[in-house]
Amino acid sequence: MRRPLPAEWTLPRRAFGLRPALLTAVLLAVSPVASHAAEGGAGAKGGLEAKLLYCKTCHGLSAQGYRGYFPMPRLAGQQPEYIENQLRAFIERRRTNPVMQNVAHVLSPSMVSGLSAYFKNLDPPPIGGAPRRSLAQGKEIFENGLPESNVPACSACHGADATGQNEIPRLAGQLYEYTVAQLSGWSKVRGQGTAVDTSAIMAPTAHNLTHPQIEAVAAYVSTLR
Amino acid sequence: MKRIARKLAFKITLLAIAVSIDPVLAGEDGLAVRNCTWCHGTSGQGYMVAPRLAGQQPAYLLKQIKDLREHTRDNPFSRQYMWGAVAELDPLAARDLAAYFASIRPKPADDGDSSLAAAGRTIYMEGIPEANIAACYACHGPDGVGVRDIPRLGGLAYFYLKARLEQWGQGYHSGAGTPMPVVARQLGPKEIEALASYLSFVR
Repeated sequence: MRRPLPAEWTLPRRAFGLRPALLTAVLLAVSPVASHAAEGGAGAKGGLEAKLLYCKTCHGLSAQGYRGYFPMPRLAGQQPEYIENQLRAFIERRRTNPVMQNVAHVLSPSMVSGLSAYFKNLDPPPIGGAPRRSLAQGKEIFENGLPESNVPACSACHGADATGQNEIPRLAGQLYEYTVAQLSGWSKVRGQGTAVDTSAIMAPTAHNLTHPQIEAVAAYVSTLR
Repeated sequence: MKRIARKLAFKITLLAIAVSIDPVLAGEDGLAVRNCTWCHGTSGQGYMVAPRLAGQQPAYLLKQIKDLREHTRDNPFSRQYMWGAVAELDPLAARDLAAYFASIRPKPADDGDSSLAAAGRTIYMEGIPEANIAACYACHGPDGVGVRDIPRLGGLAYFYLKARLEQWGQGYHSGAGTPMPVVARQLGPKEIEALASYLSFVR
């Protein structure tokens, strides 16, 4: 006997032009797995642990980040307020990312809080792999900014040790390719829609950095522990 | 289904005979390639249980050769055929073979169940977030092209894709540090059939 599908399982319609008939087929195909997953309940401990393992399949098994086809950011040591705000940003479409939109869409508010709090206490070493040729330039930008280009010191907001605070993210140990991609496409991805979004603060700074400067500062912060 | 199984058993018997009478011939001109294509098909397009090598990411091929040599890729066919086949392969020859097969234009196997392809594509692109199943797309990229040591999946044979996805969940290994055992463990038989079907048609 197949149990009826709870209402919250309606698959998001937005992506990839899915037609309703196809949606039904997919739902029928996945329902045994889905019903199994729902038994623990999203708020139960098992639910949180299973979800954390799911996060780590993409973000690295110790949450140190992972180089897939797309760079997946390090979550270890990240500020809970920042993760929570970003998960909400995916849900509210303030931040554009087709994969994370789907991932975040099914999370209950308590799951969002639970996940966000978890990563703060993880401390694996940085994943490494950044080019080392412009670390000194990156350090200079991070500590002193580029006054002539209206780029403030990163350390002013992200902290001298790059660990961030509240909604300002930790940069220390972040995957090099991820930071480069974020700074290169900031306004295309973040601060979408009309909602007030703290990511707007970074828009002019990201815009004023040249690509070699972005690479330098991304390489430098990737080495910080 | 029975007919396929019988055909398969026959081919495996042939392979077993072939492998036992034909030790690795790497080193002499063209022989190393012929030694691979003997099982992996003309132009490395794959044949029955032997996966397509054509168009595969060269770093992935090299990593597999290494894992097979170190016995960390340990599924039954790997043990039976590939452990022996790569044992005498020196690193330079391995690099040349990987580059050679990577350069061949791959042909899709087109042998999955086309009625499952749409469902498979949805799982590939989105995963099943409710069931903690990750989107394949995040690591394997658009059209399953792969990158570096992450394999190209688009157009591989249904049988091979299905077997590999099942084997992760059955506890077989392939190198260290890959998230695939965690990912694939979550997949049920229906999801595996859908994914393998979809990917077999991708070009």
